[in-house]
Amino acid sequence: MSEQQTGTPQIKQGFAEMFKGGVIMDVVTADQARIAEAAGATAVMALERVPADIRKDGGVARMSDPKMIKEIIGAVSIPVMAKVRIGHVVEAQILQALGVDFIDESEVLTPADEQFHILKSDFAVPFVCGAKNLGEALRRVGEGASMIRTKGEAGTGNVVEAVRHARTVLGEIRAIQARPAEELMTVARDLQAPYELVKYVHANGKLPVVNFAAGGVATPADAALMMYLGLDGVFVGSGIFKSSNPERRAQAIVKAVTHYQNPDLLAEISEDLGAPMTGINIDDLIPAERLAARGW
Amino acid sequence: MPAAEVGVLALQGAYREHAARLRGLGASVREVRLPRDLAGLAGLVLPGGESTTMVRLMDEYALWAPLRDFHARGGALWGTCAGAILLAAEVTGASPAAPAQRSLGLIDVTVQRNAFGRQLDSFTTPLEVAGLDTPFPAVFIRAPVITHAGPGVEVLARHGGEAVLARQGRVMASSFHPELTPDARLHELFLGLLEQRAPRVGGGAESAPARPPTLPGSA
Repeated sequence: MSEQQTGTPQIKQGFAEMFKGGVIMDVVTADQARIAEAAGATAVMALERVPADIRKDGGVARMSDPKMIKEIIGAVSIPVMAKVRIGHVVEAQILQALGVDFIDESEVLTPADEQFHILKSDFAVPFVCGAKNLGEALRRVGEGASMIRTKGEAGTGNVVEAVRHARTVLGEIRAIQARPAEELMTVARDLQAPYELVKYVHANGKLPVVNFAAGGVATPADAALMMYLGLDGVFVGSGIFKSSNPERRAQAIVKAVTHYQNPDLLAEISEDLGAPMTGINIDDLIPAERLAARGW
Repeated sequence: MPAAEVGVLALQGAYREHAARLRGLGASVREVRLPRDLAGLAGLVLPGGESTTMVRLMDEYALWAPLRDFHARGGALWGTCAGAILLAAEVTGASPAAPAQRSLGLIDVTVQRNAFGRQLDSFTTPLEVAGLDTPFPAVFIRAPVITHAGPGVEVLARHGGEAVLARQGRVMASSFHPELTPDARLHELFLGLLEQRAPRVGGGAESAPARPPTLPGSA
């Protein structure tokens, strides 16, 4: 089987395609991972503290304890993702060695490098990265990310930033499509994005990889809104395990992503879920507390 | 030629890629999320994705019996990766946390989930397929394998000795992802199955499922 290949962009991006129309849930214990799997999560994100607690506790947030990640890998059959700090190549090497299925180079953790992201094409494991706009998304894809997500403002239960990032990326894609081909090099310069990827967006009207929503999703309607805007799937963090009934809410969000175009079903799905997580108004955050501003 | 109408189960996963490929071959395509979406279809593709997620959503909207009825009425079905798991008579390698995973039992095979390992073990390989002149560029992602095939099942491809593409009557199961490559030959093969047996809603009696499912279809 000498022609067998692993870790190629096709394999990594193809795997990311399989999460489409699905919900990826943050979990901090094997028990939560089992709840997420039973609720219909397409993957779990193993981390030590959900973003709401990282926000509350402060301090430096880092890659999780490998023991906890191994417990979660052993607890479920769905793919397991885990987060590394922006630019922390060694944390990523450790997660790859543990056999995690996807790595999130995440602004929710404290950045390890204020200038450079990880060269993700060096890894066999696929990466997801956050982006606030198209230039940022295409730089991450240029570095080898196999999936892009909005940054949102994690741990707030407020979807407004995720909506802003989704609208920005999708609007910029539409704007590129409207440009004549001879203007694309200048577009690439202005976006600070690789020219070849700008040409791809011009020709195809989409990113070269799947594009998910993350940050502040707290209700089934929030999740459906992100799908309605044109994203491929949803990450949910604090919104589930900081609510009063995580099982019911997790199941409802999974259903809402599949049936986002069906308001009658969404009405049914949204009923009687108990209290959602307490939200934080983003205007109340001092700039240093804004996670979405991390990444460059 | 009047286009056959084909459904793609759109609960989750790579349904858009299948839909685009089938449209490219001249089929008219409908996304299926609820039992009522099956009416009048000649065939249905069950895409790759997460089989546990799809099982959960099939429970939620009571899709089990309608899908079996669809088969009994003459509909053709093709499951790729997670879809193949859904069609199987028996599933092994379920979650350590969960009981045996339910499946439709429409093709007499046992499928083992994640048989090649985790994502780092996912691979592409040229695959010899019975009836195709040249190898098919197969993409295996956390792929299952067919560990047992009943007497009525024709194994069309193997990789490393493991069955990865099988057919029984008008049901196909592949453990890899033809929708992720530009090669349309397996989608053509599937559309060929539709022509063999024109569908009729409420049509004549069809053969029963290959083998009764091992577990009740609804939770």
